[in-house]
Amino acid sequence: MPQYPNRQFLDFEAPIKALYEEIEVNKSLAENNSNVDYTGIVKQLEDAIIAKREDITANLTSWQKVQLSRHPDRPYSLKYFSKIFDDFTELHGDRNVKDDKAMVGGFASLDGETVMVIGQQKGINTKMRQVRNFGMANPEGYRKALRLMKLAEKFNKPIITFIDTPGAYPGIEAEERGQGEAIARNIFEMMRLKVPVICIIIGEGASGGAMGIGVGDKVLMLENTWYTVISPESCSSILWRSWNFKETAAEQLKLTSDYMSQFGLVDGVIPEPKGGAHWDYDLAAQMVKDYIKPLLAELKEIPAAKRIRNRIDKFGSMGFYDEA
Amino acid sequence: MATEKSKQFDDFENQIAGESFVEGITEEQRTKFFSRNEKGITTGTNEKKEIPDGLWVKCPECKYTSTTMELKENLFVCPSCNYHHRIGSDEYFDILFDNKEFTRLFDNIKSKDFLNFVDLKPYKKRLEDYWKKSDLHDSLSVAVGNVEGLPLVVACMDFEFIGGSLGSVMGEKICRAADYSLEHHIPLMIVSKSGGARMMESAFSLMQLPKTLGRLSLLADAGIPYISLCTDPTFGGTTASFSMVGDIILAEPKALIGFAGPRVIKETIKKDLPEGFQRSEFLLEHGFLDAIVDRKDLKVTLGRFLKHFKN
Repeated sequence: MPQYPNRQFLDFEAPIKALYEEIEVNKSLAENNSNVDYTGIVKQLEDAIIAKREDITANLTSWQKVQLSRHPDRPYSLKYFSKIFDDFTELHGDRNVKDDKAMVGGFASLDGETVMVIGQQKGINTKMRQVRNFGMANPEGYRKALRLMKLAEKFNKPIITFIDTPGAYPGIEAEERGQGEAIARNIFEMMRLKVPVICIIIGEGASGGAMGIGVGDKVLMLENTWYTVISPESCSSILWRSWNFKETAAEQLKLTSDYMSQFGLVDGVIPEPKGGAHWDYDLAAQMVKDYIKPLLAELKEIPAAKRIRNRIDKFGSMGFYDEA
Repeated sequence: MATEKSKQFDDFENQIAGESFVEGITEEQRTKFFSRNEKGITTGTNEKKEIPDGLWVKCPECKYTSTTMELKENLFVCPSCNYHHRIGSDEYFDILFDNKEFTRLFDNIKSKDFLNFVDLKPYKKRLEDYWKKSDLHDSLSVAVGNVEGLPLVVACMDFEFIGGSLGSVMGEKICRAADYSLEHHIPLMIVSKSGGARMMESAFSLMQLPKTLGRLSLLADAGIPYISLCTDPTFGGTTASFSMVGDIILAEPKALIGFAGPRVIKETIKKDLPEGFQRSEFLLEHGFLDAIVDRKDLKVTLGRFLKHFKN
């Protein structure tokens, strides 16, 4: 992860930035005054940073959690692939139109066991953000994902998907090539996959774009992520007819991991390092790994037909209505 | 003309927001002659023809003016330019089922405001207003009957009800319709007419995608045909789920069908959209529809498909 001063800070992270600045001041003082020991005060400040990180995430609003899920320093799919698994081997292309760089995937080894990992990928700098299309896949991205899932099914490898997208790309070519059909087909086919499927929302879980790789026996959310039918900004623009109500929309949509788990719409919440996954990639990856390993073992015990039926029934029970 | 088009593009978003902010001809104005003003009117279909003279409907495409009666007899298709007016589930059931005979199913399922969602208006209030002004229960109705002598379960959306939005009730009713099909070995058809997900139900509305597709996968396993008919408009959550996985996918002429709304695409790419973009003809050309069917041919066409599946 980037180290200070290359770190980026959200507005509510400003107190942490102030502490880093203080450390810098003390370090430069130490360079100039070799007879005074500054290690104590620097250590104190470093501890203060960790305490502050915890402090800040303890009372976040829904909108602040949305911001955290989009933190520019946050780890993306490929980061998790490399830190959780060994021997990640990327596979490209949908065998039809092209290779969508917003969707990545391939074989990887989870402590010796081969799995198929798939996820949306955002860029880590301005140039790569464009290459990755900001994590917004086109139909060929979803079709690539489906191709890899079918490949995994054929060779009986479990599938783990990493969801992080502001949505499926809304473009002319995307519509020409059937964005809706691609997502629908993925959901339909994922429902019937004979192998265990775990889906993890690691950042943004925006609507159909997320659901296109989001049907699993276990669907999990990282602590500081969101998952719902529309982004708070778009919801604000449609329902409030103005872009200015994104905070209210975020509250109303109840899109954070705690709500989603409470509603039973996701199967679990994976904790993040203090202050968010962007503070410690190794620890964040370890926390994900620790969470999914026993789940995967558990899922593998269930016969395939039963697993599929459970999947259909799980999603089948979601919804609220009155019955007269 | 261009502005009128873009108005039509925005139309379904406005509907989903629950109000029509579009100036000029709104959906409500356009179809209010076909919808019931009051709740609980039980006029028989035959008597319905006796609409007082003097009610005229202007075609939004060609401005041709016809009487409501003339339009109704023509299945709400403009006699001059073949523009397909938006109609509701009652009209589709009458058009499709033999002798207009059918049994309505699952009308007892009603929406509820589980999340206490409040935008400019509380969702609860919004629902109550809709129930007051129409006799629709929600944005989807299900009925079973015969089409050209063969049984068919039809789940049909009503755009009039919060923009035909996909919420928990629509999802549940589609699942039950699929269960009914499965139990009785009757093919299923879904008539889509929706602006997309019901935002007031947040993630619950998103979960209706896997929920319905899971159930449809059981139909597929049992070898029961599923036909999707896309009408104007079919967008968002419907396109990204059941509307696009039919064994047969049909559409009415010139229906606007897509994943992302045209306004969103236009704002994203900052370019004008090509003529005919996201219309049925565009989808047919790009390989996403089996056929475009005029409303007057719909029943016969369906009958033919049902026979092919059966024989």
